[in-house]
Amino acid sequence: MKSAFRQHTVLPGFGITLGVTIFYLSIIVLLPLGGLVLTTSTMGWGAFQETVLDSRVLAAFRLTFGASLAAALINAVFGSIVAWVLVRYRFPGKRVVDAMVDLPFALPTAVSGIALVTIFASNGMVGRWLDPLGIEVVYTWFGIVIALTLIGLPFVVRTLQPALEDLEAELEEAAASLGAGRIEIFRRVIMPTVLPALLTGFSMAFARAIGEYGSVIFIAGNMPMRTEIAPLLIVIKLEQYDYAGATAIAVVMLIVSFAMLLVINLLQWWSRRYQIKAGG
Amino acid sequence: MHTAPSRRVHPSLKIEIGRARPLRPLHTSGATTMIRHFRQFRWLALPAVMLLAGCGGGDGEGGAGEAAAGGDVTLLNVSYDPTRELYTEFNAAFTAHWLAQTGQTVTVEQSHAGSGSQARAVIDGLQADVVTLALAYDIDEIATRAQLIDPGWQQRLPNNSAPYTSTIVFLVRKGNPKAIRDWGDLIREDVEVITPNPKTSGGARWNYLAAWGYALRQPGGSEATAKDFVTRLFRNVPVLDSGARGATTTFVQRGMGDVLLAWENEAYLAVNELGPDQVEIVVPSVSILAEPPVAVVDSNVDKKGTRAVAEAYLQYLYSDEGQQIAARNYYRPRNEAIAAQHTAQFGNVTLFTIDEVFGGWQSAQRTHFADGAVFDQIYQPGA
Amino acid sequence: MAGAVAMRKPPTVVQATGATEEPTWVRRLLIGTALLFLGIFLFLPLLSVFSEAFSGGVGLYLESITQPDALAAIKLTLLVAAIAVPLNTIFGLCAAWAIGKFEFRGKQLLITLIDLPFAVSPVISGLIYVLLFGLQGRFGPWLRENDIQVIFTVTGIVLATIFVTFPFVARELIPLMEAQGNEEEQAARVLGASGWQTFWRVTLPNVRWGLLYGVILCNARAMGEFGAVSVVSGHIRGRTTTMPLQVEILYNEYNFVAAFAVATLLALLALVTLVAKSLIEWRTGHATDKGRGAQI
Repeated sequence: MKSAFRQHTVLPGFGITLGVTIFYLSIIVLLPLGGLVLTTSTMGWGAFQETVLDSRVLAAFRLTFGASLAAALINAVFGSIVAWVLVRYRFPGKRVVDAMVDLPFALPTAVSGIALVTIFASNGMVGRWLDPLGIEVVYTWFGIVIALTLIGLPFVVRTLQPALEDLEAELEEAAASLGAGRIEIFRRVIMPTVLPALLTGFSMAFARAIGEYGSVIFIAGNMPMRTEIAPLLIVIKLEQYDYAGATAIAVVMLIVSFAMLLVINLLQWWSRRYQIKAGG
Repeated sequence: MHTAPSRRVHPSLKIEIGRARPLRPLHTSGATTMIRHFRQFRWLALPAVMLLAGCGGGDGEGGAGEAAAGGDVTLLNVSYDPTRELYTEFNAAFTAHWLAQTGQTVTVEQSHAGSGSQARAVIDGLQADVVTLALAYDIDEIATRAQLIDPGWQQRLPNNSAPYTSTIVFLVRKGNPKAIRDWGDLIREDVEVITPNPKTSGGARWNYLAAWGYALRQPGGSEATAKDFVTRLFRNVPVLDSGARGATTTFVQRGMGDVLLAWENEAYLAVNELGPDQVEIVVPSVSILAEPPVAVVDSNVDKKGTRAVAEAYLQYLYSDEGQQIAARNYYRPRNEAIAAQHTAQFGNVTLFTIDEVFGGWQSAQRTHFADGAVFDQIYQPGA
Repeated sequence: MAGAVAMRKPPTVVQATGATEEPTWVRRLLIGTALLFLGIFLFLPLLSVFSEAFSGGVGLYLESITQPDALAAIKLTLLVAAIAVPLNTIFGLCAAWAIGKFEFRGKQLLITLIDLPFAVSPVISGLIYVLLFGLQGRFGPWLRENDIQVIFTVTGIVLATIFVTFPFVARELIPLMEAQGNEEEQAARVLGASGWQTFWRVTLPNVRWGLLYGVILCNARAMGEFGAVSVVSGHIRGRTTTMPLQVEILYNEYNFVAAFAVATLLALLALVTLVAKSLIEWRTGHATDKGRGAQI
């Protein structure tokens, strides 16, 4: 175990800490997840395909992934603006606003859920302005996107802020002195530098949104084929004693999540390499 | 073991060791290392103890029930959503009654969620002593899938194990602006109907079957016309909540829809709690007799030793006091005399039973609510 | 996922000068857009929680949160957090030590595996335990025979919560310990410190803010978890309902004031978390400034 597996070092505790880590990881995470995959594998490939390609299931996937994508895009755009504003500008209350960006991270999803329904209902604070315009939020796709935007909000902002902070003013000044306009500077100097961070934040917001349950079920309407998110479908299948079906959907979501995780890790590795090169 | 190394070059630091004071040896015997390392984990002791206590607490749920006749007993009543108020009142009454009769203190714990969801929880191990659910089908599932209840449970108590009944009525806006009087009005173009999803809500299944039954009774009614009727009804449904309470909230709080199909008792509770100035009840001409059954979970009570108390608990629902409590909570009592006292409160409606029209729950479930069955065929929201 | 939870230096303002500044109207527009966006998504929900909770007056509010069921929910939430957070903290320290101070093959895989619970939907997090420990699950019959109950009891809730908050502390500490390297620890060892002393006196003080940060986030999530707990809870009033579950129950009972009242407690917890986070970031800003001279 020592020389080929790891470098020899004087620090003790490797064996025990690695042992505890792997043990804890196994019984809390790997074993239960393995059990899930095992249960699905007993279904057989044919049944698995049938379950997963059923129209209601596909509709739920389309909704979940589609709405999450939309929410992540909204967060990418507005999150960038927020990050930019927080890093570059001064305005009264900036400290408070900066701290508040993490609120969706700390606030329980059930609380966000009922708060959003209350605000966007026809008699709610925002809903009453939207209702006469014919815009329905609660129980529609729009409402789901709003809930998912809320919970993904901190990811883009928090990954962009360090990247923007690390931007060197000299680069921009050099570009300006070479005659570049502000927009060009943005497009050619700033964007490429922060792109890895932006993509990372976007991916994280997306990954978080696809699994979200608590804040969405209050506002979603939960109509099959229309506003039924995949996690809810899992619960419904469970209640119909269709354990295999529930696990099949869960496995598909796990595969997508795992893939997203790899993507995010790769992006972070890329951005770190980029920063090391740039920062020196 | 504790030799001070005199001259060694450390592999990674590449410095000479030995000038400093004697090092603790880097490679000690396994035993010493282990003992040293165990000390680090004294921090684990507290959470581990609490975790085990939690396990013990879990056992304790069952353990409490194992008390001998003289000790305290805890029952778990796993019920469905609308019965919260009913059982709060009933549990207090039963506790007092049992204490007076036997001197034993009973605590009844309640769990409420959707009927099907609760059945699934019991199948998965929720240690219910009694189940009081919305449809016999759900209790049948517990019996067949998990063998926790003996088959033939429904005949063990009077009236098909349903101490009270209910039916499906309409809840409309105050003043009934859309003039909704009967089932036929529900398929009008200008009417929006709120009902929960029959696939997930027991109440919604009663709604569906009531509508179907009405259509069958119309002149020229047949399975085909009934199917057409229900299809058109569901086309008027803008939103399908997963549970009865959710649907009521949608209708009253969110202001969606013109009419809510609801349990009778739910409708009355809504009127009381949410405002008689907002909604009113319309009783249709004909509706289905909903018999929410109750049962003792044999396997659990035998294991916990609470059978006597659990059976007495359910029996008490049939007693005068139990029936009065049911009536007060807008359930139609089985007891004729007590029902007679409350006729003013319950509308007059012709009732048919699920056995008459559908041949029982198993048959209805297979025909209408299973995957790919009639409901799945008619409910195509994409269309 | 470290980026989302990683500590940042306190916010700095990059001084833009002249040609590298946007025109004022652009600046105003951007600030306005940002504030509007945040206003709708952050401030309004928070505001509505409090306004709904107090819409029946302070008396009703206090009554709602002192109901026996609400108190039981609060106690259970605190208990679950008190178990889950220390366990995950110990795990986080072990994992960060192994990963941050040593080089070995398969490190990246291990890190990704630790990250897994982040990517798993809460519903699935609960489902996997039902599949293992439910009556129809893998260990179900054995558990029933031995009269051990896991799901639908506090134990199940604790397990699901541990799963969901699993990576928080670890992902906070791993990059920190990695960045700090192991030179200081090696120096301590060379000077004769035992492993435990090295950890306690050298490593821990270096990571204490990161540790605190991770613990705070872990705690906030542990107390607020809804989806996973909902699947394994059993909804037994007064026994297996946590605060988020209690909020849902009250909401479904038309008891909106009480639902929002309990929600305000959770919202206050969130705000305290944010304040603590900010304080730590502020302190570390100062700490790293001071430390910079002393470090390489």
